[in-house]
Amino acid sequence: MLKLDTCTISNGAFHLQADLSVDAGNSVAVIGPSGAGKSTLLEAIAGFREISAGSIYWQQQDLTKLAPGKRPIAMLFQDGNLFPHLTAEQNVALGLHPSGKLSHTEQDQVQAALERVGLAGMGARKPAELSGGQQSRVALARVLVQHRDLLLLDEPFAALGPALKAEMLDLVAELAAETGTTLLMVSHDPQDARRITRQAILVADGRAHPPAETEDLLDNPPPALRQYLG
Amino acid sequence: MARSAQPVSSLPGVAAALLVAALILGTLAAVALRAEAGHGFSSSDWAALKFTLTQAVLSAVISVALAVPVARALARRRFPGRSLLIALLGAPFILPVIVAILGLLQVFGRSGWISDVLVYFGASPIRIYGLHGVVLAHVFFNLPLATRLILQGWQEVPSERFRLAAQMGCDGWSLFRLIELPMLARILPGALAVIFAICLTSFAVALTLGGGPRATTIELAIYQAFTYDFDLGRAALLSAVQLALTAAAAFAALRLSRGEGFGAGLDRAIQRWDGGTPVVDTIWIVLAAVFLLLPLSAVVLSGISGLFELPVIVLKSALISIGVASASTVILLLLALPMAAAVAVRRHGMVEVSGILGLAASPLVIGTGLFIIIRPWANPSDLALPVTALVNAAMALPFALRILVPAARETVSRHGRLALSLNMEGWVFFTRVLIPRMRPQIGFAAGLAAALSMGDLGVIALFADPEIATLPLQIYRLMGAYKMEAAAGGALLLLMLSLALFWLLDRGGRWHAEA
Repeated sequence: MLKLDTCTISNGAFHLQADLSVDAGNSVAVIGPSGAGKSTLLEAIAGFREISAGSIYWQQQDLTKLAPGKRPIAMLFQDGNLFPHLTAEQNVALGLHPSGKLSHTEQDQVQAALERVGLAGMGARKPAELSGGQQSRVALARVLVQHRDLLLLDEPFAALGPALKAEMLDLVAELAAETGTTLLMVSHDPQDARRITRQAILVADGRAHPPAETEDLLDNPPPALRQYLG
Repeated sequence: MARSAQPVSSLPGVAAALLVAALILGTLAAVALRAEAGHGFSSSDWAALKFTLTQAVLSAVISVALAVPVARALARRRFPGRSLLIALLGAPFILPVIVAILGLLQVFGRSGWISDVLVYFGASPIRIYGLHGVVLAHVFFNLPLATRLILQGWQEVPSERFRLAAQMGCDGWSLFRLIELPMLARILPGALAVIFAICLTSFAVALTLGGGPRATTIELAIYQAFTYDFDLGRAALLSAVQLALTAAAAFAALRLSRGEGFGAGLDRAIQRWDGGTPVVDTIWIVLAAVFLLLPLSAVVLSGISGLFELPVIVLKSALISIGVASASTVILLLLALPMAAAVAVRRHGMVEVSGILGLAASPLVIGTGLFIIIRPWANPSDLALPVTALVNAAMALPFALRILVPAARETVSRHGRLALSLNMEGWVFFTRVLIPRMRPQIGFAAGLAAALSMGDLGVIALFADPEIATLPLQIYRLMGAYKMEAAAGGALLLLMLSLALFWLLDRGGRWHAEA
């Protein structure tokens, strides 16, 4: 279980309160108006943003003081998920070792992950030689080999077309189900949330609310959300 | 804490900055302690101070005054070869001073091309040695720099403003007063200050074209106090004066100028609607191009015959120069890369200040200080080459940081989070992300450092004994011995080596570099 225990996340004059928990293995959308702090919430969980009060736990382990790379968390950002000067293989390899130096079995793992996301034979290409969708697949392959308990998505597929985005989200849902990964994803699009999550965290008015059923939340939105959904 | 987590430590950069500060401030302290104030400022010292200021003011004013029409012409004219010409304006930065001087002598000297023509028509030849020769060489070096600085000012005027002015029927003088004069008022003080500061520390130009009691810069007087009289106290006193001058000028230049963007974007011509007078613009562009290209062509033409029968001693000094330039480049990168990384991850006032200390100190002042420090322990001339490499690196550091820091900041901000989430930190981030991402800038900075060191004629003249010499020093010695053929051949070799080193490193950095 991921637990945010009476957390206050500060970003300049902006403060976000979060007191909630997410069950292990669950897939949860993070929805809410623009600027409400959805990305801020994910950044705090991943360790990129200091929390000014409270603690973050994963399965009784206190993550609050851990550096981002030491947390059991993989995160995909809106952009910049791959190093442009490294090949697809090298980018995936970083998920196993920060230095990217691998043993033979680990190299096999990289190939298997690339194969799993449908990129067999493309490992030697650099990001510039891959399409947007293929770049997303490389990032997902890296997430696969990282073997982290939690996966945070901060709209990494926002730049893709609707069909491709749906395809990527399905792939994420599949991979998360296969590996038992707990998924938190920021979403601007109610359809995305309905598509792959059962529960959703509403971030609005300086608060991240505990997860509620996605369908209920979207069908009977509270005022702040209703205004945003239109 | 999590917020301050950074993918790379700033400790190595802080250590490098401390080393640089120790080198520069330590040598300055050595100079200050040794300076003999009681010794007094002799009349020849006053003359050197006066000459230094006079030539620097004249050089700055003339360079900038000529650069305004040239930059204006370049800003509003499009013609084939325009971007090549603008690129060429950057070349004097890496052009060895001694090479340019040989070229200028070939064109403007007593037995140069112009004198030949004058003599043919019964006039007397030009005398290039003295104040006007020094100023001529400084204008040759700084007219291109001034043109680039001012051209940048013109490029930064939003094109909407020219459009608006055109709509209101402004042209000629009224357009100049409305748009261009305010821009020039903003740019020119900085350009003047930068060139004044550069010319204050002129050594090689004054050494070759000046000299004598009436045309000696302080930098040259330091050298003379060393080599002719071995009067360390006087050298130190002069160094202290020079230090005060350069520090004040560097401070003024930094305050007044906003820094030239190295290279990018200057080859764009602004669209304008006010016709102007194409003939006048063309004349300015042609004159500037001829003034720059003539001495360079002269070096090539007069050097070719000598190039194939260079004395062994010249070839030997060329090898020495390549070694010194390589060592200097390595030292520069070892200092500059950690410093750039440190500044990129968080604001480090100390690192940034020691990065620009090199602008405030002159090579001969640092050289004097090192000489004073080294002499009790070892024979300074035994260390001539390492000292030269070190001082060259310290002098190139401010320029290298100007190139590297923005790239390092960009890399950390674009890739820092991803690296942190993958647990890539410290050395791994440095070698796997920072260096590969910054390769084009590293190549450019290394190329500049290598070319600057290759062409440097400064500290080496203080330290070298007759047995060893870098190529520029060897050329100077050949000139002194009136072996002009060999000197010209050596100058062409030096020109080719400097450009080749710059080109190799700069190209190498951009080779297969992904955006």
